[in-house]
Order: sequence, then structure tokens, then C-alpha cells
Amino acid sequence: MFEPVLTRGIDRDLTRIENYVAQGGFTALTKAVRELTPQQVVEEVTRSNLRGRGGAGFPAGRKWGFLPQDGRPRYLACNADEGEPGTFKDHLLIDRNPFLLLEGIAIACYAIGAHHAFIYIRGEFLTGARILEASIAAARSRGYLGERILGGDFSLEVTVHRGAGSYECGEETALLESLEGKRGNPRLKPPFPAVAGAYGMPTVINNVETLCCVPSIVERGAAWFAGIGPAGSPGPKLFAVSGLVRRPGNYELPMGTTLRELIFQHAGGLREGRRFKAVLPGGSSSPALVEEHLDTPLDFDSVARAGSMFGSGAVMVLDDSVCMVRAAWRLAEFYRDESCGKCTPCREGTYWITAVLERLEAGGGREEDPALLEHLAGQIGTRTFCPLGDAAIGFLLSSLKYFPEEYAAHLRGETCRREVAS
Amino acid sequence: MREALMAHARDVLTRYPDPNSAMLPLLYLVQEADGWVSPAGLEEVASFLGVAPAVAESVASFYTLLQKRPVGRYVLQVCTNLSCSLLGAEHLLDHLGRKLGIGPGETTPDGLFTLQSVECLAECGQAPVLQVNLDFHSGLTPEKVDALLNALRKEAEQDV
Ligand SMILES: Cc1cc2nc3c(=O)[nH]c(=O)nc-3n(C[C@H](O)[C@H](O)[C@H](O)COP(=O)(O)O)c2cc1C
Ligand code: SF4
Ligand code: FES
Repeated sequence: MFEPVLTRGIDRDLTRIENYVAQGGFTALTKAVRELTPQQVVEEVTRSNLRGRGGAGFPAGRKWGFLPQDGRPRYLACNADEGEPGTFKDHLLIDRNPFLLLEGIAIACYAIGAHHAFIYIRGEFLTGARILEASIAAARSRGYLGERILGGDFSLEVTVHRGAGSYECGEETALLESLEGKRGNPRLKPPFPAVAGAYGMPTVINNVETLCCVPSIVERGAAWFAGIGPAGSPGPKLFAVSGLVRRPGNYELPMGTTLRELIFQHAGGLREGRRFKAVLPGGSSSPALVEEHLDTPLDFDSVARAGSMFGSGAVMVLDDSVCMVRAAWRLAEFYRDESCGKCTPCREGTYWITAVLERLEAGGGREEDPALLEHLAGQIGTRTFCPLGDAAIGFLLSSLKYFPEEYAAHLRGETCRREVAS
Repeated sequence: MREALMAHARDVLTRYPDPNSAMLPLLYLVQEADGWVSPAGLEEVASFLGVAPAVAESVASFYTLLQKRPVGRYVLQVCTNLSCSLLGAEHLLDHLGRKLGIGPGETTPDGLFTLQSVECLAECGQAPVLQVNLDFHSGLTPEKVDALLNALRKEAEQDV
């Protein structure tokens, strides 16, 4: 039986430190700093095969192991930007389980030898930023953060840094630019952040949910964690389900839960009289999957094999009332507006894709438009400076592939001219 | 930097290894004080950090939460991204526009409300969603939105 890890006790007001401590909070940090060397913590997390929950799925322990041992200061940046449309899992963890995140941050910093961590939190989470500030103060007064944590030699400062409205700032190097007070344009790699990140120093960037997995790994061991779900991407996972299901919301389940179980069992299935049409399994940047894919296990490798992307684990469900062209247009506008403008294929391509979708939707489409959209997408795919370019064309291409008849209907003048869903 | 903001600004500097990191916090600081980031506010931040005003302006122009024009007392930011649109966000935006007599991006003549259409607010499980001065309101219906507008109007009246 799967027991929740990330949301355990979340109904007992875990923003109060005494409640968090009462359910065993901070025992992992205590164990780490008193009983384990930093190297042992890195090894444990590596063996757990925890993969990054921010979207790319990079193994966390390996990332930590990349930092050069050269005596320079190093930093941890916690990515709390949560900008990927459809994703609302970090929001829950920040607002309702802030000490779990702080404990994960403290353990990660101990492991990598960082004495200053930054939580880069999207500007819209003003309430979340205040909760984190208050939680940092509470943890500090009890000796879990600040100077000489738990009476040992390890010290850590945590700074909450608010973003100001930019999806691209969730990309790790754009995040660092933004943290340094600049526009959120991504950096050329190499050098990778592990070598030259924040302020030119070795830096680890990890997602909120990734860091929230760390305390349980230290407390219960790598083998326990690795035993949850598929061996290739194990662990508990918060699935954020939105769209046209009966019970949208966050569901903490083992990695590898199938789309079918998540949508039809946990999220209550579709609304009265509606039929399943498509699902974006990993946020708005993931290509849509259709009925034949419903038995796909939700983990990094299986979703990739099905032709999409596990991404942030944000599952957006579309039923038969949804107009795919209009949905593609709405998302295209998003990527056009959020393109940082640094490279031409993305900046110009997202503009033209949006313009073509708009005229299709308005009834002024041309015969060649579906092919033109494919061509434009082809000019973007793999040719952009950062992954936002590929993100911008995933849903579009899947809608052309699985629902060509909807594009044809728009060309015949049967435009829906409705909302995204009717 | 005006005297009233000086202590806070100095405190911000202590949180970072490099003073330039104070850029966004300081832009927020002047926005909180003035309601928006005015050219004077930009200059104030720039001179405090010892950079050219154009640097501060270039940074501010990148970020949508920094208001480059005066806004109303209540900034209503309606999410119209996919999960909210699936549940009627476009309707809701129209409804609000009609109620307020303005379109997205505009401010009511009495200076009370600014309406903006924004991207995913990471609260899609309770769509449709909007923020009022960054406070979340979720699971919205036209009726709930009407009640919200009334409550905000009342709050504003009581303050006069
Ligand atoms: C356009 C774009 C937006 C991103 N937004 C986020 C985000 O909001 N939160 C996040 O954790 N990762 C985001 N990422 C992924 C980060 O670049 C990075 O891979 C991640 O923070 C690493 O943490 P992890 O290894 O713990 O997943 C984004 C990537 C791109 C290309
Ligand atoms: S792909 Fe290019 S223009 Fe688009 S966000 Fe990345 S760097 Fe900016
Ligand atoms: S789509 Fe509206 S909050 Fe995410």
C-alpha cells in the first residue's frame, strides 16, 4: 500500500512548525548532520535514483556530484517558479508543507557544501513567499537553519527571491540571470551551472518537489525510495490533474501510475455525458496523447516512449467538447508572449504560428495552413537556444497528427468560434 | 532613494552576495510605494544600485508583474490559459469587462480596477482562477465574480 510522503499530514496545518516536528519533521536533517558525511548523503540520494521533478528528470544525486571541489563558495537555487501551464504541485507544497521544503533544502545544501540557498519563487506566489519567510524564521529560531545548525558546524542562510512574471525564468540559467537582477534570458552552456552558476560559482538548481523528496530518502533509505514505482524513475509523485475531469486536483501516487487510473479512478473520470478526447500528460509543453495511450504508466521513460513528455507531471484532460485548433491557438499565444526573444526561430516562429492559428480559427484559413504550421514548427524544433522552442510546438504537432479533421473542418468554414470548450 | 524606503533597501542588500540581485526586490519596493514603476522610481532604483536608468528600465520591461503604467487600486488578473479556458475563463473575462466597462489592459475611470488577462497562475485544479493584487480567488463563476467586485467596492468606500 502506497503511503503519501509529500502530502503526509497536510491537513494538520503543517505551516506550524510544532505540527511538522510532531510528525517527525526534521529527523532527516538531524540524522544527516549528526550521523552522515555530505558524501554519504550524495551517495544515498544517487542510489535512490530520485529524478528531477521540474521537467527534465535529471538524477538529483548525480547533479549534486558534479560540483567541483575547489574551495569556491557554492549555492543551491530552489526552482519555485512553477510556470508550466497545468502545473500546480509546487504551489501546494510551498503553501501547505513549507518545512518539508526547507528541510530538503537544508539537507541538499549540507550534501553539496552550500551555505547560502535561494528560493526563486514566481512573483504571483506572494502568499507563498510570505509563508516561506515566516517558516524560515521559525526554523531558524529552533536551530534548523542559520548559524551552526543543530549545534554542529554546518550553517545555512536561505533567501526568498521573488520573480516578477516570466515563464522563461523557470529555465535554470534564465533563473540565475533573473536572480542576479537581469532580464530572464538563458545562458549559453557550457559552462554548466555546476561549474559557473549563480554569481559565477558552482550551483545546483533543483525543483521544489525534488527537494521535498530528499528528507524521506535520508530517513528511510535509498532502497525504500527506489522500490516505489518503476526502477527507472521511482518515488512518490504529485500529479496535478486539471481540465475536464470531475475531480481536478493534486494526487500523490507512485510514479508509474497509469493515465487511466489517474484520470478515471482518482480524478473521477469525465463529466456527465462527455467522452475522453486527449490528454497533455506533462503540462502544456507536452504533446497530447489519445485514447490508445491511456494505459501508459506515468514515468519519464514510458511517457517518452508513447511519444510525449512526462515533464512536470501536470495532467491536462480534454473531452469531446474541446476544439483542438482553438486549444492550440491559446497555447501558441502563450509561447509567443513568453518567448524571451533571444533567438530568432523561437521569437519569429511562435509569432507566425500564432498568426496562422488565429486566422484558421477566425474562418480565414488557407488550404496550405496545416502544412505551413508543420513547416513553421520544423523551423523551430531542435533549432532554438533553449527548450522553450520545442515546448512551443509539442501540442501543435500532436493536434495536427491526431486531429487533422478538425483543421479540415476549420478550412471548410465550420469554425467553432466558441470558447476552447463548449 | 527616498528616506522612507532606505532602511528596507539596505536590508535587501544584505540578503545577496551581489548588490545587483536587489534589482527586482527594489523595483517591487517602489511599485508597492507608488502603485507602479514610474520613470522616477526606475531612476531611484538605478541610482541606489549605481547603474544607468536604462539598465533598470530594460530589466523592468522584461517582467509582466512590474506595472509600467499607473494601475487601479485593485489589479484583477484573470488566468486565460488552457485549464482555466476549458472551464470558462474566456466567458469570465468578458463578463468582468462588461461589468467594469473596460477591456483587458484597461483601468476604470474611477481608478478602482485594472483588468488584465494573464497566463497560468499554477492553481489550475480550482479553475477558473484570478488574482486580486496577487490574492487568489478560485473556482469562479459569474456570480462569485460579481460578489467579489461588490466586496472590493465596499472595502474601497470604507477607506475613504
Ligand atoms: C521554459 C522552461 C521553463 C521551466 N520552468 C520550470 C519551473 O517553473 N520549475 C522547475 O522546477 N523547472 C522548470 N524548468 C526546468 C529547469 O530548467 C530545470 O531543469 C529544473 O529546475 C531542474 O530541477 P530538477 O532537476 O530538480 O527537476 C523549465 C525549463 C524550461 C526550458
Ligand atoms: S528558445 Fe530562444 S527565444 Fe525562445 S525562450 Fe529560449 S532563448 Fe528565448
Ligand atoms: S490554467 Fe489557469 S491557473 Fe493554470
